[in-house]
Amino acid sequence: MELRRFRADLHIHTCLSPCGELSMSPRAVVDRAQAAGLDIIAVTDHNTTENSAAVIQAARGTGLAVLPGMEMTTAEEVHILGLFDPGTELGPFQATVYRNLPDVPSKKRFVKDQVIVDAADYVTGFSPHCLFGATRFSVQEAVDLIHGHGGLAIACHVDRESFSIISQLGFIPPGLCLEAVEVSPRLTVAEARTAFGPFDPLPMVRFSDAHQPEEIGCATTDFLVASPNLEEIRKALAGKDGRRIIPS
Amino acid sequence: MTLTDLATRLELKVHTAGTPLERPVLGGYVSDLLSDVIGHGRKDDLWVTMQVHPNIVAVAVLKELAGIVLVNGREPAAETLQQAEREGVPVLGTRLGAFELVGRLYGMGLKGS
Repeated sequence: MELRRFRADLHIHTCLSPCGELSMSPRAVVDRAQAAGLDIIAVTDHNTTENSAAVIQAARGTGLAVLPGMEMTTAEEVHILGLFDPGTELGPFQATVYRNLPDVPSKKRFVKDQVIVDAADYVTGFSPHCLFGATRFSVQEAVDLIHGHGGLAIACHVDRESFSIISQLGFIPPGLCLEAVEVSPRLTVAEARTAFGPFDPLPMVRFSDAHQPEEIGCATTDFLVASPNLEEIRKALAGKDGRRIIPS
Repeated sequence: MTLTDLATRLELKVHTAGTPLERPVLGGYVSDLLSDVIGHGRKDDLWVTMQVHPNIVAVAVLKELAGIVLVNGREPAAETLQQAEREGVPVLGTRLGAFELVGRLYGMGLKGS
């Protein structure tokens, strides 16, 4: 099978995230991702996957691949990215996460509206959940939960001073089976490797963590894969069957 | 001042079995960010935190801390306890919050850097 380069930004928020701009609607995300030359994106709101389906649907027919996902907050306040196959039934996973979030209503004054939308950007509801809160899951439990639903688990923005596995836990716990470590747009992978790593054998990826449309694609990772889907990216992260990350 | 003195006077719970409590405590540090403790903790400090992840043991060993006190009645994770006992890192606990505990420690003469 022929392998080629696909450009990925697998950490993008929508208007459902408590810190995401209202302008991060499914159509805007898809349009901006295409304008930025991306081949595959993932929708990763804080502790929720509820806007993923709308973005997947909005991208239908455009050639842009979209993975559903979540940026989960662990009990240690570490952010872990969970990326899934679009065919995965995420209802039980989502229900488990909601059950383990604090039962605190979101305060509108400090938190943006947590807007649930459809593929045509119509508002269908507002999430009542405390999406900015931390779940009761330890990092190990969060990674196990993501893996249990067939997902990839990536430690987010390890170079940041907050919500990073390094800031919260000092170092990556030995035996934690992450698929990769993510670097924020502030640094290149090489810079992060020098300053915080190396994280061998974990591969390093770099994504935008976009909260507003202009940020989409401001940090990307190129994969040499057969097609832009979860299993191919899994292979690329593991360096299997000739699939790999193309160094930027 | 030793951990035994502090544990007695502040009614701290000793979570670990067989870890050295007669070790002198020379100062204290409070933080829930392990990277911060790696940066600023000092040898023989008592570390006050609510993090219960096993990595706290590694940080205590790395910085040669006298011990760890978990606040708000937090229980150490099972693996944390095992590692602490294996590495000889005393893990204590209190129902008090960090502010109250640190205030009492300071009142007993324990200082930060």
